[in-house]
Order: sequence, then C-alpha cells, then structure tokens
Amino acid sequence: MTAETHKKPGLETLRAAISRLEGHSDRRRRMLPFGMREIDSRLPGGGLALGALHEVAGGGNDALHSAAAGQFCAGIAARTRGKVLWIVTRQDVFAPSLKQVGLSARRTIFVEASSDVDVLACFEEGLRHGGLGAVVAEVARLSMTASRRLQLAAETSGSLGIAIRRWRRQTDAADFGQPTASVTRWRVSVLPSVPLPVPGVGRPRWLLELIRARAGECADFEVEACDGKGRLSLPATLADRPDQETTWARRARA
Amino acid sequence: MAKAQALYPDLVLMDADPEGDRRGLEKLALWFQHRIAPIVAVDAPDGLVLDTTGADHLHGGELPMLKDMVHRMAGAGFCARAVVADTWGAAHALARYGRLAIAVVPSDKTTSALADLPVDALRLPSPIIEGLATLGVSRIGPLAAMPRAPLALRFGPDIARRLDQAFGHIGEAIVPVRPVDPIEVSRNFAEPIGAAETIAKYIGKLVPPLCQGLDKRGQGVRRLDLLLHRVDSRTEAIRVATAMPVRDVKRLTRLLCEKIETINPGFGIERMVLIASLAEPMDRRQTVSSLIAEEEADVSDLVDILANRVGMQALYRFAPVESDLPERSFCRVPALAPEETKDWPEHWPRPTRLLARPEPVQAMAELPDQPPLFFIWRGVRRKVKCADGPERVFGEWWKNDAELTIARDYFRVEDTSGERFWLYRAGDGEHGETGSQGWFLHGIFG
Repeated sequence: MTAETHKKPGLETLRAAISRLEGHSDRRRRMLPFGMREIDSRLPGGGLALGALHEVAGGGNDALHSAAAGQFCAGIAARTRGKVLWIVTRQDVFAPSLKQVGLSARRTIFVEASSDVDVLACFEEGLRHGGLGAVVAEVARLSMTASRRLQLAAETSGSLGIAIRRWRRQTDAADFGQPTASVTRWRVSVLPSVPLPVPGVGRPRWLLELIRARAGECADFEVEACDGKGRLSLPATLADRPDQETTWARRARA
Repeated sequence: MAKAQALYPDLVLMDADPEGDRRGLEKLALWFQHRIAPIVAVDAPDGLVLDTTGADHLHGGELPMLKDMVHRMAGAGFCARAVVADTWGAAHALARYGRLAIAVVPSDKTTSALADLPVDALRLPSPIIEGLATLGVSRIGPLAAMPRAPLALRFGPDIARRLDQAFGHIGEAIVPVRPVDPIEVSRNFAEPIGAAETIAKYIGKLVPPLCQGLDKRGQGVRRLDLLLHRVDSRTEAIRVATAMPVRDVKRLTRLLCEKIETINPGFGIERMVLIASLAEPMDRRQTVSSLIAEEEADVSDLVDILANRVGMQALYRFAPVESDLPERSFCRVPALAPEETKDWPEHWPRPTRLLARPEPVQAMAELPDQPPLFFIWRGVRRKVKCADGPERVFGEWWKNDAELTIARDYFRVEDTSGERFWLYRAGDGEHGETGSQGWFLHGIFG
C-alpha cells in the first residue's frame, strides 16, 4: 500500500482549515487504530474515528445472522476502555463468545428494546452520555435523519458508535445502499477458514469491505478473525509473501 | 365445628382477629407501595387497591406486573388474585368474582366484563343485596339497565353511586397509605397549572429541597414518587427508580421531567408532592486523585435513564453459570450488579449467535462420532468441508431425572462456502436412551 502521501505544507494547511470549518476540535478527533498497517493507512486519520458513527453489516447470509459482523464489532468494542452498551431488539448474542474476542461480560450492558424506534432512542442516549467505551446497536432501518442525530451525538461526546445493520429478510438488505451520515461503512463476509494439515476448522477468515469512508477511499481486505484480544490479523500466506518491491528489484537485477 | 374436626383431624382453629388482619393488610399495602406503585390503599376487609398508572413500565407492562405480584404473594404463602381495570369498582368486582385469577381488562370492555357478575361484587351493604335478591335481580347487567329513580326511592342512593363508580361515570379517590416518616416536599398552587413547561419548572423547584433533606440524613433516593393532585380530586403519579442511591439534583430532575408526557393534567393541578418513598444510606466517596489510577466513568445515571424508558428487566448483563449445556451457561443479572469472579472456560470456541431454540436439521453422518457429511437447514443443503468435534455434553441429572441418560455431541462445522455452524446430535450415536440421535443447529459462528 503506497497510498502514504508525502507531507505537503499547502495540503496540510488546507486540511486544517477544512476541519476548522467542520467544527472539530483536536481533542475530539481521536482514533482507534486496528493495529494493521494495511487497514489503518486506508482510513483517514489512521484508524477508526472515535466520536463518530460507523456502520457494519454482514455479507450474504450473515446479513440476517450478523454472526461475523457481531464478532467484528465486539472485537472493536473490546479494544476500547470503559463499559460497552449493546442494544438489541431480539437477544441472541451468546455471551461466552464475546469473552473469546476479549470483551468481558462484566463490561457489556445489554438493552433489549421493543422496537427500532426504542433502539435508536437508547442508542442516542448512550452516545450522548460520553462515559461509555462504545455503543453498539443492532438496527434494520437507519434513515438519514436518524443517523445524522446519532453522528451529532457521537461528535459532541466523543463516544464510538457502531450500528450493526441486521435485517429479517434477505430482500431488505438492499437498504444498505441508502445514504446515511455515518463516517465509515463496513461489510463483513465469511471466507473459508485457514486450511489445516490435520482434520479440523482453522482460524476463521473474513472478507472485510470498507464500502464507504468519509474523506477516504473504498478498500477490500482479507483478514483473519478477531483473536482473544479483539485484534484482526493478516492471513499468514499474505503476510509471509515476499515484499513486492524486493521481488521487482530482484527481477530487475536478473 | 366438631364435624369439621372429625373430617380433618389436623384442622387448625383460630379466633377471628379483624384488628390484626387490618394491621397486616396495612403492612402489606406499605410493602406494595415500596415495590409496585406509589398510590396504594387498603380495600378492607381482604384486598388492596393500587393505582398503577405511571408505574407499570418499571415492571415490564401490566400483565407481567400482575404475575410478579401474584407470584410474590404465592411465595409468601398467600393465594392472591389481581386484576387491572379502569376503575376501582370494576377491578374490585373482577378480582373477587371474575373467572381469571390474573387479568387485564381493556378500557372498552369494562361494561361487558361486569355485566355477568353477581351484584355482591358492587360493594353494597348486605341489606341492599338481600333486597335486590327478593326483587329477583342477581347480576350487574340487568341492575344497570333498570331505571334509577325507583331503585333510589327504595334502597337509597348507594346503588346508583356504586354502579357509576364501577363504570367510571364518577370518580373515586384512592387515599394512599403513608410510609413511615418519608422525606417529602410539596407545593400548593393558587391557580391550577397544566402546561408541561410549568410542571417541569416546578419539578425543578421541588427537587433541590428534597435533596437537601436527603443530604441531612446522609441518604440517597432509590425510588421517587411525584404525586399531582388535580382539581377534580384525582391524583396522577409519576414513579422513577434508580439503580443506586442518588441525591444529585440534575439527575433526579431529568428523570422526572422525562415522564411528564405520561401525566394527564385534566383541568389543572393544584398541588404537587414529591416523596422519596425509598431512600438508602449513601456515603460520600473520595474522588479520583492523581495517586490512584483513573477510574472508569460512572454510567449509573445512563442506566437509570434507560431503565425508566425500557424497563428494569430489559437492561442487564450476562453472568456465567456453571453448566455445560450452552443454553444454561449464562444468566441475566442487573446492569449494575456487583462483578462476579467466575468466567466461562475458554478451551472451546463458542458461536457468536445462539439460536433461542435449537433448529432440527436433516444430516447424514457416520456413527458413532463422525461429523455430518452434509446437512439441510432452512431448505438449503450444505456440504461440510471440515469440522471440529465432538464435544460431549451430558444432561444435568441433579436438576431433572429425565436428563439422567441424556447426552449431546457438539460439532463446529464449516461448509464449502465458508459459513461456520454449531451442530449437535441429540444422543451419543450408540445408545438409544441418550437421545433421539437427530441433528440440531444451535449456533452460528462468525
């Protein structure tokens, strides 16, 4: 990934002026890096912005179950500090699995709301509070107005908000194309696990699609699922491959 | 009595003690006031009447609230019946003479629900009931249809009054029992108030003196009642609950103000009373200094706000339970419950989503302990590429005799498209008594 831009003084002053216009103070613009250069370099600011709303959905059948998407969000929440509020309409999170991505059950407070409207109200209340590490909510519909309210609430308090988009029917999942005010939008799809030399299931792998990033570009990543501390990693086959530049250099020399 | 003792040799005989019963009922009313709703009165000789408007949300709705009340009474050794209806008269009649022990009567059904009940249900003195019996009137429906004037001439105004009270044509004030020595502040208005902003303004004026009173006693409030006396002698009530003792003016004001929309001010409110119906000791605590590590932010205020919106039951944490069966391995504890020291074991991967009820799948597997080769779930056939397992789980015979021989074999399987599932076979694959040997899908991995 050679998208690393060289520091251009003109560009930097322009960026500062824009961010002043947008009304961010520096204190609010903190980041939660993934700890993977490949992903962090694609995100403006070098990580997942705190004080912002992010959207995550599962790909394929996972749009209904949100198993991979849920685990991805739990992994992000696990790397924050403070309590985590998790808002659902139907409860099917299996608590021991959160523990396995590093999100302790002692930190996670669940809210079971009766409708999507209640979910959004609780979501906004949680974001406005500011003392939480992350607020995760499972919603089906997220209108532009609702997401803008959430984004503003997150901006003022500096909390991390993650909306897991989860639908009852596969046909409703087309709703994910509608514009919202969230800062980034991710889709997590399951991939076949890392093959093992013995019978058994290896480490799960995901296709992580960054569909939208404000002031950034889209990107796809193939990653290994969250480990015991909620960190993603690159598949060993990719990580161990010789660096492209050195290969070219060797070829050029030959 | 001799005959009764002959029939039941271990019959216990006691003298009637109406005074003791009344005192017991008053105590029970106070307990209900603590637990359920701010307005509770004794409905002598054998009942209690509660105004649950504005309080049922704390118990997850009207029906769950009634069930909870009846179960608690059953736990204390009493057989109780509970009915929610529009009026005191209707609820009184249906609780004593209705068919169901627990019922919620919708607003438009009061008349039809009362029509079939005997006239004894109307809280009339016994001479009147006997008189009605000689006239051949035994049900409320026909009585309500009779012309009022001859009835009033013969029996006095009681019948008409009781009928109107039951059907809600005239109001009936519930004079609540008073808790012993509560902290309360009140305010009378020369002109009745009704606008939401005005109510909010006076809530803001009532809360600070209450907090001063609490501060003097070193207490914090766990439950706060705001009673609004209307000019038409009815009382509206707001109840808010907190998870921890609180005496922060801003927080309490906010909790009360969020409930303003549930108040029906009618023609106006002439008196507001704020009562700390449940207060608990609250100590001052030393706050963060630079010597100790920075504490995690306090979220109890957020918990209170959310709990008053969605209900206390809908706000929880999961805590581990020592059980190998996945569906029994966790329980819900209150969001601010003290942290437990136990944790789930980590040696087996667990699915992110656990289905509420395991779904049967068709599968083909080699016996006794091979994972399935394929399975059909929700009409889709999936070929298994690789699998982990079995993880054998046995039934908990100490809980249930039927579980003595039960076993389950759990497998984590991955299909050709990469989706990962948690399947189990009901049984060990060898012995018929361990289960049906059918396959079930119990969870989905990320």
